[in-house]
Amino acid sequence: MTINKTTNGKEVIIGVSGRIDSKTAPEFESQVKECFAEADSIVIDLADVNYISSAGLRVFLAAHKAMDAKKGMKVKNVCKEVMNIFVVTGFSGVLDIE
Amino acid sequence: MEIPVKELVTAASVDNLETVTEFVDEQLEAADCPMNIQLQVELAVEEIFVNIASYAYAPGTGNATVRVGVSGEPATAEITFMDSGVQYDPLAKDDPDVNLPASERDIGGLGIFLTKKNMDEVAYEYRDGMNVFTMKKILTEQR
Repeated sequence: MTINKTTNGKEVIIGVSGRIDSKTAPEFESQVKECFAEADSIVIDLADVNYISSAGLRVFLAAHKAMDAKKGMKVKNVCKEVMNIFVVTGFSGVLDIE
Repeated sequence: MEIPVKELVTAASVDNLETVTEFVDEQLEAADCPMNIQLQVELAVEEIFVNIASYAYAPGTGNATVRVGVSGEPATAEITFMDSGVQYDPLAKDDPDVNLPASERDIGGLGIFLTKKNMDEVAYEYRDGMNVFTMKKILTEQR
């Protein structure tokens, strides 16, 4: 998994590629958490991700909650396989998916 | 379709997650498993193996045994996980409420829930001092 962050004013765009699994989720989590202080809103771009396990879902939920107090978190470019995981777990009804 | 059962014995540690998923993938690929189904199986394999790695022997360490074979028509993968750690039935827990808003959500129980949703059959038994978790997946697209 690699992470590429870009900042647009108070918005941080986090581009992820690879797998967000039990091994990589801690790194994903620390990268996302780093943005909480400075960012008003976060966009997570999953264009190059086709696999998210429950370890990754936990990070999405925690980030969603943290950003809820500000201007929120968006998730975009979700592929079919990942969307299926979001739907099955009810995350599709929780996350703001573009 | 018949892919003979193969067995992997490895230390139950998250560091070996890739070894386990690669082992399972090899068997699935031998059975010409479609990619989307392979990803669903991988997800279940990760959830179960990481559960064993995290809880079965904590705070100590121990081994996990993984067996994978494919048979039948339509081709069905059967994957078995065994460990001799603390007795634990992951299926005993209620499913999480997936309709709750974010603020009320707890983050536990999602892994086993994903496993159930992505596999066609799951079963647990405690046998001869071992936790034995078996799951089955039909390797063709369901219409």
